[in-house]
Amino acid sequence: MNVPAALKRISETIWELPVSYKEGMLVPARIVASDKLIKEMDAGVFEQVSNVATLPGIQRYAYCMPDGHWGYGFPIGGVAAMDPGSGVISPGGIGFDINCGMRLVLTNLTAEQVQPKLHQLVDRLFARIPTGVGCHGFVKLKQDDFRTVVQQGSRWCLKNGFATQEDLEMTEEGGCFPGADTSHISEKAVERGYNQLGTLGSGNHYCEIQVVQPENIMDQELARAFGLTTVPNQVVIMFHCGSRGFGHQVATDYLKLFLSVMERKYGIKIVDRELACAPFHSPEGQAYFSAMKCAVNMAFANRQVILHRIREVFSDLFHASPDELGLRMVYDVAHNTAKLERHLVNGSRKELLVHRKGSTRAFGPGLPGLPECYQKTGQPVIIGGSMETGSYLLAGMSTGGDAWYTTAHGSGRTMSRHEAKKSFRGDKLQRDMEQRGIYVRTDSFGGLAEEAGAAYKNIDEVVEATELAGLSKRVARLVPIGNIKG
Amino acid sequence: MPFEYRGDIAHADVAFDASASTLGELFREAAQATMQVMVENLAQVRPAQTLELKLEQENEEMLLFDFLNELIFYKDARRLILLPTEIAIAPSDGGLTVRATLAGEEIDPIRHELMTDVKAVTMLRYKVERVPQGWRATVVLDV
Repeated sequence: MNVPAALKRISETIWELPVSYKEGMLVPARIVASDKLIKEMDAGVFEQVSNVATLPGIQRYAYCMPDGHWGYGFPIGGVAAMDPGSGVISPGGIGFDINCGMRLVLTNLTAEQVQPKLHQLVDRLFARIPTGVGCHGFVKLKQDDFRTVVQQGSRWCLKNGFATQEDLEMTEEGGCFPGADTSHISEKAVERGYNQLGTLGSGNHYCEIQVVQPENIMDQELARAFGLTTVPNQVVIMFHCGSRGFGHQVATDYLKLFLSVMERKYGIKIVDRELACAPFHSPEGQAYFSAMKCAVNMAFANRQVILHRIREVFSDLFHASPDELGLRMVYDVAHNTAKLERHLVNGSRKELLVHRKGSTRAFGPGLPGLPECYQKTGQPVIIGGSMETGSYLLAGMSTGGDAWYTTAHGSGRTMSRHEAKKSFRGDKLQRDMEQRGIYVRTDSFGGLAEEAGAAYKNIDEVVEATELAGLSKRVARLVPIGNIKG
Repeated sequence: MPFEYRGDIAHADVAFDASASTLGELFREAAQATMQVMVENLAQVRPAQTLELKLEQENEEMLLFDFLNELIFYKDARRLILLPTEIAIAPSDGGLTVRATLAGEEIDPIRHELMTDVKAVTMLRYKVERVPQGWRATVVLDV
């Protein structure tokens, strides 16, 4: 057990490391977890979330969500809001895979209708959505066109026939962060990314066919509002991917830049080089913020063109139009970003730069920025579980303000990839899963073994902890029946 | 122990230690460890294409950081799995320069046993140091 002696319990699922825990902490560090989850947290969480609490300009608390685990710089599950006037922006608080995120899509098909064609469906998705190491995308672009994509995000997709207006409305920020200036991205980032629009990637990125079983609906009213109860055993599609090599290069470029100016030019000393940062309003900080927005927009566009392809596959296989099949988005939400948002601090609204790394925005009911249809429900939050155990749809709660309306993003790993690969065999796992009713296609049995369900925390415990902490409410548990993995 | 993966300092990422008697050999081992995260059977990668690489940095740490990131870049930009066949590292005006010949081929999902994409080299626990036996590096890759 790695729990530090200084850790104090604040409530049933909130724990705190005081500022006295580590020299330089400016605010306490808070961890959201049940008794069981806190005991299972790896040592990196306590080390890294307290490091985050030392960053200049941090407000209220450094947070780690219950799916948290060792990351780089911030822990995965990390959240930190900075005063933009006195604070910093850090690529280590966003991640290399900028705007890695989740999208959930409805159908009006039942599991009974899909099961006879499940193998064909998964095979066709696997054939038509590029996956795996270094894959190139199905949208062929020139480098100048790619620059337009990263400025416009999903808006480019709408103009080019890959999206509907409703898709954009159901995407965080309408699928485009304004202010994405391509003069702040390197030629190398463009060269690395322009061939990858329309790719899933590998690792924990996937596209999954899931079923909403009636017994797994926890909140009927919210489920109905999110479109989950149109038919019994409704089939939905969830997918997870990000900004691919383009975002990775943007993050690498600015990590290096910040390391070179942070101390020399701005006198900022940090406890971990992966927390490299620059004052938000410095030329370097603003350049990164703009370049990050380009990567955010690339990821929105990537998920949007993948949705277009999913619609084509369903339409071909079920001989009906996407509209007739009810292929509508519930929501698309990012879990690796920094955003300027207005939050209540000491009784007044203040603009803050909120870093979320492996954590999801979870706006409660009535907050600006939500589509009209979700104003009363709160924001849909999509939590991707392991491919064996299932995922969740949650809703943001009005009580989430302390954590800047943020919640978990997934199950959270509990076993290293190295250990998982030693413990499981991908081909056996694939056969075992098929016997349990989950048909998986993958480019890599080794990669599949790394994603075994046992390598992850119990997702039921993770989402329960977020609900008990007042961050996100359970709406439905989604059970996988088919999956494509990189 | 030329290189060894570690499960104790990164869960979602991949960590390795590499060691060698010379800095050039260390770069070669670190390259092998990085590319093997993506392709399990690197011996099956044919040296069908070669590229000349020259990088300059202020010190050994940042030079290896750039060198490994360059291999990752070619994997995405040109779908090339490359490994160094020749490496020369020498002092230069800016600090240190590496000149390398990289050889490899385009990703072939049939012949190459593909694993997990490497996104980047991180600064987490990152270290390149002189040790009595030569050189040693600790690297955590984001995957």
